[in-house]
Amino acid sequence: MAGVVARVSGPVVLTEGLDNAKMYDVVRVGSLGLVGEIIRLVGGTATVQVYEDTTGLRPGDPVENTGQALSVELGPGLLKSIYDGVQRPLDVIQKSVGDFITRGLAAPPLDPTTKWTFAPSAKVGGEVTPGTVLGTVQETALILHKIMVPPGVRGTLKELKGGAYTVRDAIGSVQTAGGAVPLYLAQKWVVRVPRPVAQKLPPEILLVTGQRIVDSFFPVAKGGTACIPGPFGSGKTVLQQQLAKWADSDIVVYVGCGERGNEMTEVLATFPNLQDPKSKRPLMERTILIANTSNMPVAAREASVYTGITIAEYYRDMGYDVALMADSTSRWAEAMREISGRLEEMPGEEGYPAYLGRRIAEFYERAGRVVTLSPEGRTGSVTVVGAVSPPGGDTSEPVSQNTLRVARVFWALDASLASRRHFPSVNWLQSYSLYMKDLEPWYREQLSGEFVQLRQRALETLQKEAELQEIVQLVGVDALPEREKATLDVARMLREDYLQQSAFDDVDTYTSIQKQLRMLRAILSFGDREQDAIGKGATVAQLQKLPVRTKLSRMKWIPEADLKNQFDQLEAEMLQAVGAVGGA
Amino acid sequence: MATKGARTPKEVPEVPIDYRTVDRVAGPLLFVRDVANAAYGEIVEITLPNGERRQGQVLDSRKGLAIVQVFGPTMGINVEETSVKFLGEVATLAVSDEMLGRVFNGLGEPRDGGPKIVSDTRLEIVGSAMNPYSREEPSEFIQTGISTIDVNNTLVRGQKLPIFSAAGLPHNQIAAQIVRQAKLRDSSEGFAVVFAAMGITSEEANFFLKEFESTGALERAVVFLNLSSDPSMERVVTPRMALTAAEFLAYERNLHVLVILTDMTSYCEALREVSAAREEVPGRRGYPGYLYTDLATIYERAGKIHGRKGSITQLPILTMPADDVTHPIPDLTGYITEGQVYVSRELQRKGIYPPIDVLPSLSRLMSLGIGKGRTREDHRGVSDQLFAAYATGKDQRALSAIVGEEALSATDRIYLRAAERYEKEFVNQRPDEDRTIDQSLAIAWDILSDFPDSELKRIRPEYLQQFRAHPPVGGS
Repeated sequence: MAGVVARVSGPVVLTEGLDNAKMYDVVRVGSLGLVGEIIRLVGGTATVQVYEDTTGLRPGDPVENTGQALSVELGPGLLKSIYDGVQRPLDVIQKSVGDFITRGLAAPPLDPTTKWTFAPSAKVGGEVTPGTVLGTVQETALILHKIMVPPGVRGTLKELKGGAYTVRDAIGSVQTAGGAVPLYLAQKWVVRVPRPVAQKLPPEILLVTGQRIVDSFFPVAKGGTACIPGPFGSGKTVLQQQLAKWADSDIVVYVGCGERGNEMTEVLATFPNLQDPKSKRPLMERTILIANTSNMPVAAREASVYTGITIAEYYRDMGYDVALMADSTSRWAEAMREISGRLEEMPGEEGYPAYLGRRIAEFYERAGRVVTLSPEGRTGSVTVVGAVSPPGGDTSEPVSQNTLRVARVFWALDASLASRRHFPSVNWLQSYSLYMKDLEPWYREQLSGEFVQLRQRALETLQKEAELQEIVQLVGVDALPEREKATLDVARMLREDYLQQSAFDDVDTYTSIQKQLRMLRAILSFGDREQDAIGKGATVAQLQKLPVRTKLSRMKWIPEADLKNQFDQLEAEMLQAVGAVGGA
Repeated sequence: MATKGARTPKEVPEVPIDYRTVDRVAGPLLFVRDVANAAYGEIVEITLPNGERRQGQVLDSRKGLAIVQVFGPTMGINVEETSVKFLGEVATLAVSDEMLGRVFNGLGEPRDGGPKIVSDTRLEIVGSAMNPYSREEPSEFIQTGISTIDVNNTLVRGQKLPIFSAAGLPHNQIAAQIVRQAKLRDSSEGFAVVFAAMGITSEEANFFLKEFESTGALERAVVFLNLSSDPSMERVVTPRMALTAAEFLAYERNLHVLVILTDMTSYCEALREVSAAREEVPGRRGYPGYLYTDLATIYERAGKIHGRKGSITQLPILTMPADDVTHPIPDLTGYITEGQVYVSRELQRKGIYPPIDVLPSLSRLMSLGIGKGRTREDHRGVSDQLFAAYATGKDQRALSAIVGEEALSATDRIYLRAAERYEKEFVNQRPDEDRTIDQSLAIAWDILSDFPDSELKRIRPEYLQQFRAHPPVGGS
């Protein structure tokens, strides 16, 4: 017997008479078959959060239980897709119903008609365990999709054939203890359950992002977690998009959770035209978009971050480094609050449900660099970067606080920096990265030991500047001794010529880690020379007039191709010019 | 309207029944008992004992009970005789070309004494969400003739750019000036204005109507008026009526529509009133927890669609209670809209018009609409440099108040002067002054040229050479 609707109030629907209702079962509600999920059971009634607009639904309408929990379909065809929060392909929906999203739509997440060429690599008759690679499919020019034995399946490989298949065709089977299990190019996974791994590894490889303040000062490791809290207009989205564009991960999953439609459009419009710095292929070939904009149904917003991270874990299991951008986790938390309010649950802080902290921690815990379930012990990683949108920019609110407890990098965005167009407006005094210690060996090996020292000195200079500024506020800059004026001068160069980085400039948008080293070294050694010159009687005002200083401020436009030459030349010129002033 | 399948009315139950089972009236809500199966969001017609009719909408439906929100006052409603008819459809608006030049009330009924709009096309006012995949990136520069907007916070077609203002500030004059002057640089495409007033005074409404009339914009305008004396509950639907009309004009009639929504603060207060009556768990300052979602369903209806000629650009106006930008209404709005124009009391006191403070203002879509081929190649650099110079100049102003101007370095004194010149020459302009983007940039260059090259780090060297207006002050 099918159930019926008993009550409708916004996205929350009370149902009666559902067969075998289990928590988190997916149900179809009403004659349109709206997708929903069971979130509470009391006696014979089941409360359902509906992922679509419930207007027009009435008591007595039919409800049907699918008996399955909310899952995503994982297989070739995920890349380059744009999905809504419950993995419905938005491009397919547009083709079938037009420019506005109608309700009750069902569209397969992976195109069931596309034929993929499968090249088998596993031996028939051999033992297979969860994660064993059966073969590969070239999903895009950038990414080789590994077809794996799904978690929970182990036994003898009975049959496996190469050739062209759709995601619905069986490619072979495994003889398990419980009988033969057919194999497909695609598998399903429940979004609220993390995909299993063999072991978690320490975070000791830098995620190179090409963003100077990130890579040099507040780095995130592959498999790490970072959060970006900031008031509106402080540049959260631009920073996340920059990371999505330039981070050296293999795959990017970008979750637009309750944010602006035009921002997703921007990603859709720009990513196909941007090149991956390494392979020169369009960035879209390694990108998956989950778009649940702010005007789309609120319950699907709640599901969207889980959909995103499950897809990320799937590619991690193949052995890839995946970066997940969630913009914004505050909207996800607000979706939880809204649903909780409609359930009339006892609220915790600021109306958020009492389980807010647990949900946030569980989500970030799905990040990590891991040894996957596989016979050969492949490693892969999921890095999670979550934007937080605290009301009024005040990070004492529950979502920010609960996030700070679990995320290990904190990029504090500062409205006063943003208003003077200092971008990225990451405040260098408040931000931190707990990965710095773990990553030091990486910097020493991959770059040089000098970098770690330069970084430390640069941070100290900026800290010193903050202290000196307090004095300047009282007595004016002229009252400072020349040496301290020089410190202020170097700090200013660090802020304006190093930390400021334009996302919209062709050259400045990405700075290699080698160039970062040269830039830092140039600025700090200019500072050292300044101090020397002052010792010999020069003034800061004199030094500031040197033409070489203007050249230093244009370092960001030195092309990556000609790095060594131009920087060597610049440093030589600097030594000579500053030396001349000091000698005078 | 084949493309908008979901927007046709639902199937109507055979005969609408009159229910005389009103159980309770609380605030704007009516509790109707013994209702078989009212649809969520269904429109109802309420007949009062004196024969008067009002409209309402189902907010909560369960077996045997429907909670109805009344659009309009509940005065005169009783529990014995009032009858409620469930119409079996959700709220719709009849749309046609005849709407242009007309004035409606907050529920879309004629207010100007003219005939009702008769049309076969009725659209659901709760629009379906635009598929993000169908959106076209807004990139066409709209020249407003206001320097602070054009140069520093550029408006583009399909953007939603609210004006953050407060009591006593000239946001209406600014909005009217934008309507009057807004144009694409080279275009004669059709445009229309949709104006939705929520809870504003009749004086303010008359200001806008007169303004539209004198510039000839009225015949290209659709006006929805809900004045402060009108029922506050109507306000909850007014912006949706307006945006439904705007979508019709934009996507069916290929017009470029500028939508002005004022005052969003009154709208949010009406929403809070409903929420309080429903005894919902309140979020911040008593506003409902779903305020963000609700506002998003209004603001996100701006945009452009691939393959369709028209566009919707939104200019919502909101007054910040106690000038507080962290108040939930401006705060949530800022998180949804693509920037904001911030009207400043400080500049207003200095006698500067338009008193737009560019530092907290922002246009997120600016980079898409400016640069070579759109405005000018040096635009981005000039704008960033102005922001930086003005911010530093204001810091120096605060500092010189303490330590005196003499304690500042020579460079800092240039910043101090630049901030002064920026406010007096660049920000300040007459209400009827329509500056082209080139004129605005010329003023900017004149101010920036006071600096030596070494301070102008945001501008590429080649543009400095090309556009510098005069040598730096104090020689170089």
